[in-house]
Amino acid sequence: MALAESTQEHHEHHEHGEFIAHHFDTPEQQFDSGKLGIWIFLVTEVLFFSGLFVAYTLWRYHHPQIFEQAHVHLDKYLGAANTVVLLFSSLTIAWGVRCAQLGKNQAVAILTLITMVCAAIFIGVKAVEYSHKWDMGILVRSAFTYDGSGHHHEATLPIAKSLGVSDWLIWLSIVPTILLVGFAFLSTFMYLTQKPLWGKFWAGMVVTIGGYFLGAIAGHIYMKVTDGGVGGKHVRAHSEPLVLLAASDEQKHGDDHDHAQDHTAKQKLDRDIGIFFSIYYCMTGLHAIHIIAGIVALSWIFYRSLANHWRPDYFGPVDYVGLYWHLVDLIWIYLFPMLYLID
Amino acid sequence: MATADVRRELFGHAEQTNYLTHSRGFLSWALTLDHKRIGIMYLVGVSAALIIAGIFALMLRAHLYYANGTFADASWGLLQVDNARYNQLFTLHGAIMVFSFIIPSIPAALGNFVLPMMLGAKDVAFPRLNLASFYLWVIGTGFLVAALLTTGLDTGWTFYTPYSIRTSTHVVFATFGAFVLGFSSIFTGINFLVTINTMRPRGMDWFHMPLFLWALYATAIIQVLATPVLGITLLLLIAERVMGIGIFDPDMGGDPVLFQHFFWFYSHPAVYIMILPAMGVISELISVYSQKRIFGYTFIAFSSVAIALLGFLVWGHHMFTSGQSVVMSMIFSAITFSVAIPSAVKVFNWLATLYKGSILLSTPMCYALSFIFLFGIGGLTGLFLGALATDIHLHDTYFVVAHFHYVMVGGTLTALFGGLFHWWPKMFGRMYDDFLGRIGCFLVFLGFNLTFFPQFVMGSRGMPRRYATYDLEFQVFHQWSTIGAFVLGIGIVLSFGVLIYAALYGRKVTGNPFGAASLEWQSSSPPSFHNFDHKPIINDPYDFDSLVYDETLDSFVLREFMDPKQVPERQPVAH
Ligand code: HEM
Ligand SMILES: [Cu+2]
Repeated sequence: MALAESTQEHHEHHEHGEFIAHHFDTPEQQFDSGKLGIWIFLVTEVLFFSGLFVAYTLWRYHHPQIFEQAHVHLDKYLGAANTVVLLFSSLTIAWGVRCAQLGKNQAVAILTLITMVCAAIFIGVKAVEYSHKWDMGILVRSAFTYDGSGHHHEATLPIAKSLGVSDWLIWLSIVPTILLVGFAFLSTFMYLTQKPLWGKFWAGMVVTIGGYFLGAIAGHIYMKVTDGGVGGKHVRAHSEPLVLLAASDEQKHGDDHDHAQDHTAKQKLDRDIGIFFSIYYCMTGLHAIHIIAGIVALSWIFYRSLANHWRPDYFGPVDYVGLYWHLVDLIWIYLFPMLYLID
Repeated sequence: MATADVRRELFGHAEQTNYLTHSRGFLSWALTLDHKRIGIMYLVGVSAALIIAGIFALMLRAHLYYANGTFADASWGLLQVDNARYNQLFTLHGAIMVFSFIIPSIPAALGNFVLPMMLGAKDVAFPRLNLASFYLWVIGTGFLVAALLTTGLDTGWTFYTPYSIRTSTHVVFATFGAFVLGFSSIFTGINFLVTINTMRPRGMDWFHMPLFLWALYATAIIQVLATPVLGITLLLLIAERVMGIGIFDPDMGGDPVLFQHFFWFYSHPAVYIMILPAMGVISELISVYSQKRIFGYTFIAFSSVAIALLGFLVWGHHMFTSGQSVVMSMIFSAITFSVAIPSAVKVFNWLATLYKGSILLSTPMCYALSFIFLFGIGGLTGLFLGALATDIHLHDTYFVVAHFHYVMVGGTLTALFGGLFHWWPKMFGRMYDDFLGRIGCFLVFLGFNLTFFPQFVMGSRGMPRRYATYDLEFQVFHQWSTIGAFVLGIGIVLSFGVLIYAALYGRKVTGNPFGAASLEWQSSSPPSFHNFDHKPIINDPYDFDSLVYDETLDSFVLREFMDPKQVPERQPVAH
């Protein structure tokens, strides 16, 4: 009896494909479970962002003028470029899913790699945008010190000075630099120890991080050429109200109460402009975190493609990660017009 | 080890292992993917949370014994309870009870163990996610405890702004803990939804599932749809404190009431995360221990879903005094009343099930009956709070405290104990002492009512909640309440004692000692590692006549396996 059972179990395991977990009866059941699971997860993601969308809607409804004045600081061309990059990455991952269904592992690997590079380019451009704003004191509400002049903090780090970039961009690039060096080292090490699979994988990761620098450099050149981007010029040309309103915190507190009513209203407006950027940083920051998580998930797919795991009856993970990636993309499709294209 | 091998060699048959003895050592538990072991680990965890938060509760109650505060000027340092300390005590009591104990209690501990077995499955759909959920629970609870051990936390479990932005206590630790616990809950929810959808065995359609599964399904819907909103709310609160984003802070033009909306958009549905699984447990207990088909199966099933969905539309009833518009209050009030309907549907169906059943008053059934009584009071007092005029008077008084304790403790904790006693022999293969179990149940019931009934009275007379000292006129109620709390505490300790003793030394039981018809009872007790030694026969979970008692096995078995001549005729189906 015991013997019969154990052989039966053995048999069962053998019948199960390489990647079918023991508690599923068929590959279809496993695939359906995974697919339903990822869809539910995406629903939770949408709800997670929904809080921010509600906050955005309420603020915009109550203070439309803040949104109109503040959004000019966002460079719509950089935003549009990032939109194109993300849309393209959605195309490549969708194509990758198709290739996985056909069992073309090499194609999946290449397409996933392109997707990851696009994701990294996106982050690189975002780093330029963020550092540019931080330089001008365009921060969240409590730290908002923008003085309306478009004046930048001087770079103080020697490396920032010699490259002609802002300190913030250097700080933001520290982690990518460490990763770049680390991955390059890992890749060489793996090749030298005769593990070409891992060698290839880490080489792919080096290329991915390269995407970050590509995005950052391109964004930086754009900023230099256009003298601070559309935001910068626009503000300098038409920003009279902002210049008037903008003041450092001490000035606001020192304000005495005899001033005309409309002056106080303007002051209030000025202080609250920071709220737009609070929402901007929360939304784009949370989105950026999702992009980075996406890169991690994609790298897992990348590795498994190199290892030839996908077959016509087993490609679920590519599909799941692809769906996640489309959602991250979709959220950006909403964020871009809501934040950058207000008028 | 070696001798066991030798014995096996000599005597020829392998020892039968079960999920408890399948493998040994700390790592075999810590890294297990087995839903049963994860369920047990969760059970240990939530029990620890219950004990920690319960000790806080007893300290609070002891302090309230005298109107001026029993420990207000105690000279023993640590025991001294000033107003600030009191605020910290009730905050951590509430936060740990809600986020670490009651929300995961029935779904993650009992549900994890029972759900796959009720489906005749080997495991939940995503065992790794299941284990991740447990570790997130550990981390999240760790953060709450860290807040406790550093500065305490004094915002109340609701973290209302603007106070939570300004207090010097560790709001960030605690909210981050609650955030992580939220993800733990979401993971359980995703897992249960998918498992019930894709892993039902052939032959079991939606309307032949045990009602506990419907309840867990409805719960999982809420966990998945509501918890992310809490997540983002808490993140925004953290961002507010750390960076000053100004969204909730009135000083920076923010809107503190927005926080309340966000918070209750989660937390009202969350009260149904707490009660729906309990209702599911009760549906099982009532029918098994009446040996009678559950009355109104589809009504009970759909009322779970109705509660889950309606529960999303009533959050504003926590904010009648927040200055929201009268129209909004009226709408929220009306929908609140409508939630009471599906709840009442369940209660009436349970009562109808009892009618003419062969009722066995064993410990689980005692808990089930006490649930119906206590939940009835808790639910009905909710209607007073949902009515606009009365709520203005009752809001933020002890009436609210009594209301939610009747539903959360009288409801959920009672059902948890009922469920534990019912499934304990399945989990550990040993029987509890029924007499002591019933004594425990009686003490819990008595102590509970003694604690919380006086709170209705003093609340309606104007005793506000969350105060460390109070007017002398309320002292007599507080004293009854404190005495009751200690009786309740003794009852809970006794019940745990009975269970632990049973798991270690109880009489061994067979697969199906109670004549229950759902699939988990077709496994051995305790179940083997893969749950079932043979594929279970798909059976109607409420057809108790399909089972007969086999004396030679001392267990209930399906009619099919018996000699037809020895088995009495099937009863005509009666409702
Ligand atoms: C029959 C359905 C129910 C109704 C009509 C109802 C109604 C209400 C109302 C109107 C309030 C707000 C009172 C106030 O703050 O002025 C309230 C508070 C509360 N209810 Fe219920 N309730 C019901 C069931 C439940 C259940 C099943 C639970 C939990 C298992 C629960 C837990 C709570 C909690 C925790 C609070 C207090 C929140 C706080 O302020 O800390 N309720 N209930
Ligand atoms: Cu509520």
